[in-house]
Amino acid sequence: MLGITDMKQEIREILDNTALTHEQAMMNLSAVPLNYVEFFETTKEFRELEAAGCLCTMNEGNVTYAPRYILPDYEKLLREGCSFLRLGPARTLEDAIMNLEIMYRFVPSVTHYPVYLGSVDKMLEPFIEDEEDAYRQIRRFLIFLDRTIPDSYCHMNLGPEATKAGRMIVEIQTELQNAIPSITLLYDPAITPDDFAAACAECALRCAKPSFANDREYKKIYPVPYGIASCYNALPVAGGAFTLSRIVLARLAPKAKDSEHFINELLPHAVQELCGYIEQKITFLVEETHFFKSNFLVTEGFLKLDNFVGMVGMVGLNECVNILMEKDGVPGTYGHSESADLLGRKIMDRLKAEVESFTSKFCAVNGNHFVLHAQVGIADDYDISPGTRIAIGSEIPLHEHLTHCGKFHPYFNSGVGDIFPFDETADRNPDAIVDLIKGGFAQGMRYFSTYSSDADVIRITGYLVKKSDIVKLDNGIAVNQANAMWGLGEVKNSHILDRKVRSFAG
Amino acid sequence: MSAGQNAALVARIIHHSVVDGPGNRAAVFLQGCNYHCSYCHNPETISVCCGCGTCVSMCPAGAISISDGRVIWDDEACTGCDTCIHVCPHLSSPRVRRLTAEQVMEEIRGDIPFIRGITVSGGECTLQRDFLVDLFTLAKEHKLTALLDSNGSYDYMADAELMNLCDGVMLDVKAFDTAVHKELTGRGSEPVIENARKLMAAGKLTEIRTVIVPGVLPSEETIAGIADVLKEFPGYETLRYKLIAYRNLGVREPYNTLFRSPSPEEMQDLKAFAEQKGFRNIVVI
Repeated sequence: MLGITDMKQEIREILDNTALTHEQAMMNLSAVPLNYVEFFETTKEFRELEAAGCLCTMNEGNVTYAPRYILPDYEKLLREGCSFLRLGPARTLEDAIMNLEIMYRFVPSVTHYPVYLGSVDKMLEPFIEDEEDAYRQIRRFLIFLDRTIPDSYCHMNLGPEATKAGRMIVEIQTELQNAIPSITLLYDPAITPDDFAAACAECALRCAKPSFANDREYKKIYPVPYGIASCYNALPVAGGAFTLSRIVLARLAPKAKDSEHFINELLPHAVQELCGYIEQKITFLVEETHFFKSNFLVTEGFLKLDNFVGMVGMVGLNECVNILMEKDGVPGTYGHSESADLLGRKIMDRLKAEVESFTSKFCAVNGNHFVLHAQVGIADDYDISPGTRIAIGSEIPLHEHLTHCGKFHPYFNSGVGDIFPFDETADRNPDAIVDLIKGGFAQGMRYFSTYSSDADVIRITGYLVKKSDIVKLDNGIAVNQANAMWGLGEVKNSHILDRKVRSFAG
Repeated sequence: MSAGQNAALVARIIHHSVVDGPGNRAAVFLQGCNYHCSYCHNPETISVCCGCGTCVSMCPAGAISISDGRVIWDDEACTGCDTCIHVCPHLSSPRVRRLTAEQVMEEIRGDIPFIRGITVSGGECTLQRDFLVDLFTLAKEHKLTALLDSNGSYDYMADAELMNLCDGVMLDVKAFDTAVHKELTGRGSEPVIENARKLMAAGKLTEIRTVIVPGVLPSEETIAGIADVLKEFPGYETLRYKLIAYRNLGVREPYNTLFRSPSPEEMQDLKAFAEQKGFRNIVVI
């Protein structure tokens, strides 16, 4: 157990760090004591697996007093107002933007900032009258978001329909070059016009957003509307996720005798321990802490308890498969051999079945089951690939890679994604990017991100940073964006800048 | 003969290309050309290998051999160093495969969900016309569009079988003036201009492309000339005109030191000139 000397040391490091803004220091300080207290007992097996790094609580500790990802029903806010915030229904574009700006300030989530901003294009569209005036207001709104929500886990949704507001947002983003917010186009080739999809692809090449989510697949998952929040998490609107804990397959695999031992014994045992822990944590959050009892978002119906799910994350399938192939004495590596990919699918089949076999008291929106998530990694993962991604440095030819994504993305109902940077050949033909996305989505791919190799705003693993901010942080200079610090860690530890840049020139 | 049986000499297959027509496309480059342009950026595609064997001993990877007067290339052993094409005295390459349309389709099978079509380029692709018919027949079965990237020497519209399968031609107009065209390519410009007119009338002209070599080719005269020919047709304004800046990458000696690349300003001036002539869809690369 950590003691007071450790706490003093932790606090001191935060106080002395010149690369933190005041707000960032405050938030870091608020997390310190939570590492020193426990309010529920975990099992010995869980603690052993956690100590070995095979299970991981994502720095949440055991004390969770607000849901990790919150997707409020902002449409209700515009329609009805909010009594706690003393806001009436929106009648003009100015009202709509102000109501949103105010409510965003009160949406916690794990980062203490909102990780979901809503389908902003659809919400603003009915209020657009004078287009020039709307453009000016939306531009200011986007600058306001970037400066006051200094965290790029905050996520705006667009589409699938093209709207005037959506087109304006895309055009303004290209000009502003901000890392915040992250944006996803909920994309359905049957609904989204090709020219809007191409405008989004062009914007993405310039500033790494929007990403494209497979709307046709995601809207089948929950009986209520979904949104994309945080990195790329697909979650029910007017709900979200209580918590996310993860299994690190790359660290569990070395303990196996062979792949059969892994799939039939180690994996099911670890997943059941993880699910048991998540259930305990949710029980504590819901039944003991204040959020679901008294927070206005819940009491006024912007959030419903039944629309929250527990998320089971996984990372490192790439490394796990390679370790087990070697133990089995079979040649081949993940992404490069059919037998390795087959083993990858056997592992995923078992993982999914184990998660689905666990029944929770909560998560009514998902039939009382937790939801599988391809986690993007945390800054101190060394040589562990996010989710089911093929390792950086081992990428395969573009079309084969997208086909590979199509095989592994369908396992993840609460989010997965792959990233494909392009060189300047793509800039002249964003239609080609749209062709790739259409092909990928038709093969089962769920989420596609891109950026141009010479852009300042790039995607780290699931979130965006400005390369110029990373350079400042590396020199001990504070930047406004809180999670740029994670970006620096990833750049140093996970070869992010070495990701294969694709070219259309052959 | 059933579709897919006519073999062609294939220099290269690119699985995703953004510069060979609209959207993402597979591009197939055929070996052999009836022009001999000095500025050609892939001169190793001009001639069909004559089996002289010069490249065999020069290959550092030992990937080329000769048997019965035929040069054989080992794809697996090849490191792609390009020594063979640099030493070839005949503007050819040993890295050419004889493939049927079915074999080409098999190679791009995995690309089909991600591409909207196939473009065949060269060399001059129409020299292997029977293969094109086979390939485009198969392309249509997969609902892919089929484009030709061609030098204008072939009488396209006289070949109904091919043109019923082909969605359009991206036509090189290297020079409008026939003497200039002849000096550059070895042939006059008349068939090219006539093809531009006939393809436009038939709705099969996808794109005009002109390579800009300052001080060597009269680019303005070419743009103005082709504008005059096409302006009587509907769709003339929206026709894509691609102005390609000459680059010495890949160009053979001694030409690679004789020509210079146009500056970005020169390219913008030409773009403005083309706009003046009524083109509205101009791409500068």
